[in-house]
Amino acid sequence: MSRTGTKLDAKKVNSELFTLTYGALVAQLIKDYENVEDANKQLERMGYNIGIRLIEDFLARTGSGRCYDFRDTAEKIQSGFKIFLGITPSITNWSPAGDEFSLCFETNPLTEFVELPDNCSNLKYCNILTGVLRGACEMVQMEIACWFVQDQLKNDNITELRVKFVKRLEDAIPAGED
Amino acid sequence: MVIYGVYIVSKSGGLIFNHDHNVPKIEVEKSFNFPLDIKLNYENKKVVVVFGQRDGINVGHVLTAVNGVAVAGRELEDGRDALEMLEQSENFPITLKFSRAKMTTNEKIFLASMFYPLFAIASQLSPEPRSSGIEVLEADTFRLYCFQTLTGIKFMIVAEPSQPGMEILLKRVYDLYADYALKNPFYALEMPIRCELFETNLQTLLETVEKSGISNV
Repeated sequence: MSRTGTKLDAKKVNSELFTLTYGALVAQLIKDYENVEDANKQLERMGYNIGIRLIEDFLARTGSGRCYDFRDTAEKIQSGFKIFLGITPSITNWSPAGDEFSLCFETNPLTEFVELPDNCSNLKYCNILTGVLRGACEMVQMEIACWFVQDQLKNDNITELRVKFVKRLEDAIPAGED
Repeated sequence: MVIYGVYIVSKSGGLIFNHDHNVPKIEVEKSFNFPLDIKLNYENKKVVVVFGQRDGINVGHVLTAVNGVAVAGRELEDGRDALEMLEQSENFPITLKFSRAKMTTNEKIFLASMFYPLFAIASQLSPEPRSSGIEVLEADTFRLYCFQTLTGIKFMIVAEPSQPGMEILLKRVYDLYADYALKNPFYALEMPIRCELFETNLQTLLETVEKSGISNV
């Protein structure tokens, strides 16, 4: 996923290849852990490790500045989904305090060909996304919590991802940061 | 148009990457008669010229060879002491080779960690609240450009004072870091960057900038 201007040029990958690769990963995890809960946890951890690296790509590419408001953050997360997954989830259901919002996905490239079998009813198929968001925000000194409240795979109309601001990691903010 | 080097310092202040780019090599070899008319001293594990500047041998240059035999510290490769040799008239005439002092990796690590608090102090010293740290540091022979990302990594470029477009180049280096270091599954965060792809792409970038300017990258 290199950007324009470099020799590699903006390489677009067919999203089906990505969908299938992710499917293979999830299937393998369930086989390895033999327990859906553990697979959920593992997906979140993998996502976290992706997030702490992916944030640099996002920043280098967009040149965005620091967020001083959670609404800024929401918009940046939205644009991140556009850049990396080619989808634009809608931002809804703000809490009155402005510290919690939902990302609603009408379509989700991760789940395009997926039907959950009965023994996986507890599986959070897209749980990698919660990890990615947590890892990426942590690197810009923001602690968030993130979970799925609705899932199209579980016969909901949309997939809804809830994001909650926990705190600013004040002591991790680099010196001389405006 | 010269870029001298690129440095990357991690969030915690450690040097994780350095690349010497285009440092002109200065080496002078000259034969001397007794008594030696330049003053040499042993400091920082090197034999250094402290007085008597001439023929391209400048104060601060380091003795690298005696009669073609390399000098390490104050000893020749064969174990003889260089300074003692220079005091004995029977060793003359003698050929000495001097060059500009080269920074060792340890010294670079040391200097990188010195810059870290300097950067932090600059933002504290500022009369305006919430100032950034040092972004450009200028001397008569070079300019140091520093760019700190939101995640706290510092990218630094040392270049000729007249070299334009270094702020943009820093962002390009950040691009390369995001691509070739972070997407390398075998690169562990905060550890020194030993990624060949990163190095070669950086090298190409620097050469293009030097040859045809920043607008072409």
